[in-house]
Amino acid sequence: MSARLNVEPNLPDPDGFYELLIETHQDLDEEHSKMLNAQLILLLANHIGDLAVLREALAIARAGVRAPSS
Amino acid sequence: MDLDYQGHRFDYVPAAAQAGRHPVVVVGAGPVGLATAIDLAHNGVPVLLLDDDNQLSAGSRAICFSKRTLEVFDRLGCGERMAAKGVRWHVGRVFKREEEVYSFDLLPETGHAHPAFVNLQQYYVEGYLHERAQQLDRLELRWRSKVTGLVQHADRVVLSVTTPEGAYQLEAAYVVAADGGKSSVRALMGLESHGRSFRDRFLIADVEMTADFPAERWFWFDPPFHPGQSVLLHRQPDNIWRIDFQLGWDADPVQEKTPERVIPRIQALLGKEARFELEWVSVYTFCCLRMDAFRHGRVLFAGDAAHGVSPFGARGANSGVQDADNLAWKLRMVLSGDAPEALLDTYASEREQAADENILNSTRSTDFISPKSAVSKLFRDAVLQLSKDQPFARKLVNSGRLSTPTTYHASPLNTPDGERFGGCVALGAPAADAPLTLQGAAHWLLRHTGNRFSGIYFAGAAGLPAPQAFPVPTLAIAAKGQGGPGLFEDSEGLFAARYDASPGSFWLLRPDQHLCARWRAFDAQAVRAALARASGRIAVPAAHQMETA
Repeated sequence: MSARLNVEPNLPDPDGFYELLIETHQDLDEEHSKMLNAQLILLLANHIGDLAVLREALAIARAGVRAPSS
Repeated sequence: MDLDYQGHRFDYVPAAAQAGRHPVVVVGAGPVGLATAIDLAHNGVPVLLLDDDNQLSAGSRAICFSKRTLEVFDRLGCGERMAAKGVRWHVGRVFKREEEVYSFDLLPETGHAHPAFVNLQQYYVEGYLHERAQQLDRLELRWRSKVTGLVQHADRVVLSVTTPEGAYQLEAAYVVAADGGKSSVRALMGLESHGRSFRDRFLIADVEMTADFPAERWFWFDPPFHPGQSVLLHRQPDNIWRIDFQLGWDADPVQEKTPERVIPRIQALLGKEARFELEWVSVYTFCCLRMDAFRHGRVLFAGDAAHGVSPFGARGANSGVQDADNLAWKLRMVLSGDAPEALLDTYASEREQAADENILNSTRSTDFISPKSAVSKLFRDAVLQLSKDQPFARKLVNSGRLSTPTTYHASPLNTPDGERFGGCVALGAPAADAPLTLQGAAHWLLRHTGNRFSGIYFAGAAGLPAPQAFPVPTLAIAAKGQGGPGLFEDSEGLFAARYDASPGSFWLLRPDQHLCARWRAFDAQAVRAALARASGRIAVPAAHQMETA
């Protein structure tokens, strides 16, 4: 059986991580922040390396965002 | 000797235009139609080839011909000439701006008769195929003969053919429509291809020059000499270089073809002092699409008539030649009564699967090269930026995944493996080449197979079964160092490695050299059952049901 995406709390220091995430974007404009985020996603996806897990994460993220109604 | 294949005009021969009944009429004398007609005639089927024009390819058009295509041309008797004229290459490099971010080697191993790819202008490929066609008595080619009507009956197809002298009708048991992306046969039958078109334009400039770029595929994303777009550079024979510039959707396709616009683009790449001459210029767009079904009764669609891809990956002409490779033997067996007509359905199913694979790869490459949204471009640029220092990201760089032949994994013609086989040749894949020797002389495995069902037997210490025990012509190969009279020797051990050979193993190859059955021990009855299955004569052989029960 393939692994499932872990959605249980897994970060030892949630506040610390959150602070780090925001700090990493410091002094960047929106364009550069987007580039940073894109590279971050690619790095983490490669680390996970399991398409089933990634598919689950992508689906959850997509479910949380609605396309603008046309 | 090479003629001026682009400039040559073929005469319309009035006497040839006559009604009659033909086993096979092939429509379209491009690479796919020529290959199909040659395959049929070479293997004994009379064939009539019609073309609405009177010339071969104008412009270099398709230039990358894969190892597998050269192997098919070998089987048709003209592979050596293509390989000798073509520029051999196997390394591709990808640049972001001026920096190399990724390179790939398409044939990292030796022991194959042919290189991974040769670059050869389409007019040479068609010219050599045409000359091969002229050697075949059973092949008749009629130029300036346009199919303008088509009516299918239960037992035949009636074609209306329009020539400079007027129209006439002829009958065919089967029609192969290889008449290109704008197939008139497809239109006459009211059929369509479906898929995606891409909103981008590309400029091909073929230039003649002496330059010291190596014979490699070079691809730039966002180079300083053509900012914001991609550029591809490829070497062809006769000091011709293919330069492909991405222009974007807003480019004017007429203006962009003029020398005033093209020459500065090339100078930006080569430098102001570079000496070159424009050979051929074309601005193109493309679609990834295919027909829903490649067989419509007695009409079989092949090549661009059946499916279309973007040019990144060299999957157009190569997959078309593989259509021909798949179709010709099936038509021959159906016409001779050795196979039921249902065998033609496997042409459709196998090659539709291949088209899906090619379209998938081609679409993915196109989405990377020509991103269609801001976020698609963002991720593309993120991949390119990471690829400089992060090896993992280089695998995501997609400047075209180059044509590889399709493995017919799920083909009903395969006899499922009863035993485990490793190696690199999967069931349903084209046989891999390997160097052999016979009494000290060098041979290539693939040149001793094809055109008919054939076997490969790996001889063990127990020696060989009597030749008449084999139901099909069989190549007997001995292990490295154990060759003997009448036995090929696996001189470098590559056959054993590629096929995971153990003494006594037997492989059954189709006439198109695809592997359709294999066993760890030779059993004539099992081979006969696999042969019947691969000919479409039985759906599931009883012997196999017993094995797996």
